[in-house]
Amino acid sequence: MSMAADERNARAPWALTAPALMLFVGVLLIPLATTVMLSFHDWGQYKGIEPVFILKNWHEIATDPYYAEMFWRTFRVAILTTLLTALLGAPEAYILNRMSGRWKSFFLLVILGPLLISVVARTLGWALLFGGNNGLVNKLLMSLGVMRSPIPFMFTETGMIIALAHVMMPFMVLSVWAALQRLDPQIENAAMSLGAGPTTIIRRIIMPQIMPGVLSGAIIVFSLSASAFATPAIIGGRRLKVAATLAYDEFLNTLNWPLGAAVATLLLVALVLIVVGSNALIERRYAEVFR
Amino acid sequence: MAYLELDRVAKQFGAQTVVDDFSLSVGKGEFISFLGPSGCGKTTTLQMIAGFLDPTRGAIRLEGKDLTAIHPAKRGLGIVFQSYALFPHMTAAENVAFGLKMRNVPRGERAERVRAALAMVGLAGYEDRHPRRMSGGQQQRVALARALVIKPSVLLLDEPLSNLDAKLREEMQIELRQIQRTIGTTTILVTHDQNEAMSLSDRIVVMSQGKIEQIGTPQETYEKPASAFVSQFLGKTNDFPGMIDRVVSPTQLVAGSWRAPAPAGLGGPVTVSVRPERIGFADTGLSAKIVTRIFQGNHWLFQCDSECGPAIVIRQNDGKPQPAEGEAVRLTWRPEDMSVRGGASV
Repeated sequence: MSMAADERNARAPWALTAPALMLFVGVLLIPLATTVMLSFHDWGQYKGIEPVFILKNWHEIATDPYYAEMFWRTFRVAILTTLLTALLGAPEAYILNRMSGRWKSFFLLVILGPLLISVVARTLGWALLFGGNNGLVNKLLMSLGVMRSPIPFMFTETGMIIALAHVMMPFMVLSVWAALQRLDPQIENAAMSLGAGPTTIIRRIIMPQIMPGVLSGAIIVFSLSASAFATPAIIGGRRLKVAATLAYDEFLNTLNWPLGAAVATLLLVALVLIVVGSNALIERRYAEVFR
Repeated sequence: MAYLELDRVAKQFGAQTVVDDFSLSVGKGEFISFLGPSGCGKTTTLQMIAGFLDPTRGAIRLEGKDLTAIHPAKRGLGIVFQSYALFPHMTAAENVAFGLKMRNVPRGERAERVRAALAMVGLAGYEDRHPRRMSGGQQQRVALARALVIKPSVLLLDEPLSNLDAKLREEMQIELRQIQRTIGTTTILVTHDQNEAMSLSDRIVVMSQGKIEQIGTPQETYEKPASAFVSQFLGKTNDFPGMIDRVVSPTQLVAGSWRAPAPAGLGGPVTVSVRPERIGFADTGLSAKIVTRIFQGNHWLFQCDSECGPAIVIRQNDGKPQPAEGEAVRLTWRPEDMSVRGGASV
């Protein structure tokens, strides 16, 4: 092959990826860089944004316990949501995988169906059921005399976690489902023939093999829950702010863009560190199953 | 007394009968093959013995005890699956140890038996490998060690060699037979490969469409096939239309220009079945013309056009000159080398 052809070949991948690369730089990297820059700017009620380089916003986040509490809540909600989806989603996927043909496709549709509906609509559904005295379930229970006051769901962390888990469930089920597809169909029979009972088979044979699926599902659910906006906004409201709703409020209500940018940047950095770190841990721990 | 006994076992899925009227008694230490094309019910029968499927009718007994009443986990059978079904998250040694752990074998004895089992299948030193890092042949050996280490009453092999390449398959066949002879475990092999069945088994159960066609030693099923299906399935064969002529005396069996004294008690049109390697060229016999001649190293393969239809002849390459393509020949065989089917009894 000639030198010219070699050079052409070396350039080809760059030329071919250029359009996508430009889009990526244009709509992701530049706004991101601007946001990071913005977080170092100054802001005042009357002077607006001042393009200077100061650590005021970062200092405020680091020292004011309000932000620590808010970030702690964000990650607590995300972790508990992840645990809930894993606890319910993994068995759900396993049962689904054992169903016979027609039922399997039907229930898969039931599980994936919610993805076709807006998150806002799905969360508002919860509000309709449990929203204060007028929520359908609350009304019913109170008229039956089962409860005196409405079930505390709206504006509670529990409610937020339940609603988030509902929204995130398909991601967990799909991820575990994918891991289950890689299982040898005879593996349970093999374990049974060696004398293992049903619980042993699930604990010693199935669980270790679908664990990577559960963990990658957990990473997806965790990062989506930690950065979720619609569900915490509707269920948590103003009372229970999380990072995403706080950043939104700073940008659109207080108009303190630099502070909002600092909150958003911190959330992004924390999430990237957590996700990349846990992914590396999982891949090392489950190297043999991933291969 | 039979060690493992299947008594008129049948399996139906809905209206479809997959296995029907399957009766077999297996002696202790015997190596039995279930041979047949895919969908003949051989794997279904194996799964019923293993307990993964329940028979619709009939009984399966092991040493006189009803096996179907025992949960598959308690049957104590060793099974090697077609896909091996190794546990990918465990090392070779952990895979082999699993069955012993389930039996609460103490740690020291367990380690010793795992080591011995892996050594037996030629995998000493591979204890800490994970299955996905092993070749197909090595995975196969781990699966075999895992099934044998629990000292199973019966070893069930479900097409264990079908995922290996031809050369490795032959090696494993020899090894499998040696291991089975050494430890003397009663073994049932499911296969669609007639060579595998013949080289490994004491007896072959030839199956077709859920029914047993013939049970016999490899020689019996090859030399004296009970049905057209068996003779076709076990190697190449020539089927010539013949006639038993009872007018002449002594009575004669005639196929084209080939004739021989007729077997007693038969009359009318029959099918004469002869293996290609039992046919020779001679001065008298079935007249034929050689269409193609193929040299295959240790033997010659002739495709002939005979007066009784197409014929295949295999001759040992003994260094003597062989007839050429287009040459007219006479085909002959000894009466004891053929099997005669059909014909009315007289």
